[in-house]
Amino acid sequence: MLSLRNVAKTYPGVRALRGVRLELAAGEVHALLGENGAGKSTLIKIASGVVQPDPGAEIRIGGVVVEHATPRQIQELGVAVVYQNPTLFAELSVAENLLFGEDGAVISWRGRAAAARALLARIGAELDVERPVKDLRMAEKQLLEIARALGRKARVLILDEPTASLSQQDADRLLDLVEKLRAEGVAILYITHRLEEVLRLADRFTVLRDGAYIGTYPRSEVDRARLIQLMAGRDLAEMFPKVRVPLGETVLDTRALCHEPSGVDNISLSVRRGEILGLAGLVGAGRTEFARVLFGLSPATSGAILIDGKPVAIRTVGDALAQGLAYVPEDRKEHGVVEALPIAENISLPILRRLAGVWLEEPREEQLAAELSARLGVKAASIYVAAGTLSGGNQQKVALARWLATKPRVLILDEPTQGIDVGAKAEIHRIMGELVKEGLAIILISSELPELLGLADRIAVLRRGHLAGILSAEEASREAVLHLALEDNAS
Amino acid sequence: MTSLLRRHSREAALLSAIAALFLLPLFGVNGFYAVSTFRSLAIDNLPVLLAAAGMTLVIVAGQIDISIGSQFVVGGIAAGLLAKSGLPMPFVVLATIALGAVLGALNGLLVAAARIPAIIATLATMVLLRNGVLRATGGDWIQNLPAGFQWFGLPSGVAQVAYLAAAAALFGAFAWAMRNTSAGRAFYAVGCDHEAARRIGLNPSRQVVAAFAVLGVATAVAALLNFTRYPTIETNAGLGFELKVIAAVVVGGTAITGGRGSPIGTLLGVILLGSIGTVFTFLHVNPAWEKAIQGAILLVAVVADTAFRKESARG
Repeated sequence: MLSLRNVAKTYPGVRALRGVRLELAAGEVHALLGENGAGKSTLIKIASGVVQPDPGAEIRIGGVVVEHATPRQIQELGVAVVYQNPTLFAELSVAENLLFGEDGAVISWRGRAAAARALLARIGAELDVERPVKDLRMAEKQLLEIARALGRKARVLILDEPTASLSQQDADRLLDLVEKLRAEGVAILYITHRLEEVLRLADRFTVLRDGAYIGTYPRSEVDRARLIQLMAGRDLAEMFPKVRVPLGETVLDTRALCHEPSGVDNISLSVRRGEILGLAGLVGAGRTEFARVLFGLSPATSGAILIDGKPVAIRTVGDALAQGLAYVPEDRKEHGVVEALPIAENISLPILRRLAGVWLEEPREEQLAAELSARLGVKAASIYVAAGTLSGGNQQKVALARWLATKPRVLILDEPTQGIDVGAKAEIHRIMGELVKEGLAIILISSELPELLGLADRIAVLRRGHLAGILSAEEASREAVLHLALEDNAS
Repeated sequence: MTSLLRRHSREAALLSAIAALFLLPLFGVNGFYAVSTFRSLAIDNLPVLLAAAGMTLVIVAGQIDISIGSQFVVGGIAAGLLAKSGLPMPFVVLATIALGAVLGALNGLLVAAARIPAIIATLATMVLLRNGVLRATGGDWIQNLPAGFQWFGLPSGVAQVAYLAAAAALFGAFAWAMRNTSAGRAFYAVGCDHEAARRIGLNPSRQVVAAFAVLGVATAVAALLNFTRYPTIETNAGLGFELKVIAAVVVGGTAITGGRGSPIGTLLGVILLGSIGTVFTFLHVNPAWEKAIQGAILLVAVVADTAFRKESARG
């Protein structure tokens, strides 16, 4: 269906791709794997016409040779891309998003609504077609993107990290849908960092590394360890190396903490020095909401927060910082780093008041930023480049460095490894290990169960805003966590 | 029904406010409820309405144009000078509209091709055009216009009805096209998200230039309907015109961040903001209050918008 041969792409100063090939057959799920920066995004952009390859590439879609095609022309040949960040029109309705540009010059709104319902029914999604897309959940947006692609009669579907921001349950539903589409004969190119998913789904695997083609392998020839080795070019024997640290006294304690507007309901838990407390739960279970209460972003409506056993009032972020809390938020781009500012200024933001007497002492700022970014292994030309130009993994390290600069005692990490590559992920895990060794307490929110299971000393499972249970590392298993997260009747 | 009301809560609120405003003179004021009052209100607000229609498109596309006050007076002066040079009125109209399209497209190119933020680019053209006018005319009014210029040579009563009909037809067609044609929806798409628009095959730069050009045309038509009402053309006209227009669009519910808005909302915004002064005159309220009330309404609209956005973000 889709065939790319001898694809190269050179940007000024960078060879993003060289000698890459990819054959995608009808009724096949083909995984495209590689670390961030391996060239997956560039390859997708070339396949979808957003970027033109260097001369010499040979691209065929359904047997037709394609040269200098626009995104529109490629779409008309039946190739559709579902991007990691849904590219939908937030203010427009579901129906309009599904069928944009599919009508003639004049639009029939009634016809559109009917066509939209039919498309959604085909993938088993139930959505009000008149709702503006900004009101939808992330999982619903992903479904909408897929329905839109199918509405365009896509024969080739490129899914770019479709489950990166979905809960396990939503992700499972999406994977079921992918299998259904494969059975219908759609050719699917699947890009993900979640190896479990492609090991379950994919028929073949193509691996890129540093812009080069490493190889294409059938399912029978690979397993998890082999794939990681191919992607990393080195053996990562243990993905989640838990550092065992003797636990100290309790630092943070919550008693029946509630925040009614966001549904945080009666949560009591504690975390000790040197401990990594995992927070598990489906999307909407209240994990981020709980973190926001702790960090003073949405102050508790009732209940108590204790630091070192003493009740404290946390009404603002300033209070939380003063109590030694730090929060690295989920959405890197929106809340994690200021993309336009250089690394150094990003890191010094929360401690400006400490650095500044009457005016800002820039040498101190620079020294601190240099120390922290070296310690966390931020890969950048210097601490003066804009944070927005870094890769996802490096942006996350900058976000982390910023909060470490506040010298916190409790660090809350919200999806710290979402959508970043295997190498950067391992580094973030290594840093977490070092931090707990120094006596920091970490609350880790993650939708990736293996990560929680590998790293956490205990896992607190939330369900619909309340605490469903706490599992020790010994008790915790995939099944045990899911059981608590899903169970409907128990307390 | 409730969902219909929720989806059109801005329109409902504006209609209530307009109804309340027009009921005020019931209390002890004579002479307000006359055809002549409403006709002169309508004629006075036509130019703002037409420019606001174009501005709705530009703001929906995620841009803004603060140079339209200058474009407005340039359009009027061009029409006057062309008429004085002996050009027949139909050609004067066509030439003025063409000039409007060029001025608008120029703004669009500054924004889309030269990548200058719209507010800066149009601030520059606002000052440039305004000073150009001053230099060219020396500040003198344009007088001794040919007889066919004022009201296109028609008796003023007939002309007013014709202007109203023309504006209603133009506005109606524009509102319909913005909602119901693929070309109209493309501006919404671009205003929501450039990258997403690109990925479905639209060309955001071209859309931006088109939006500014349409606004230029709308402003030129507004200028024609405005300046042909008088026997002379004031070269300092149109000061603050852009503020009236943008205020009406924002009060009408168009999101200043782009992607959302409707010409119907804009129409209601123009009616509300444009009628306050007249109603106050009849109520013998100090006219100084007019601007203050208009400002307060604008503030309420923006605050309501923000509150609404927060609510839907949470839900």
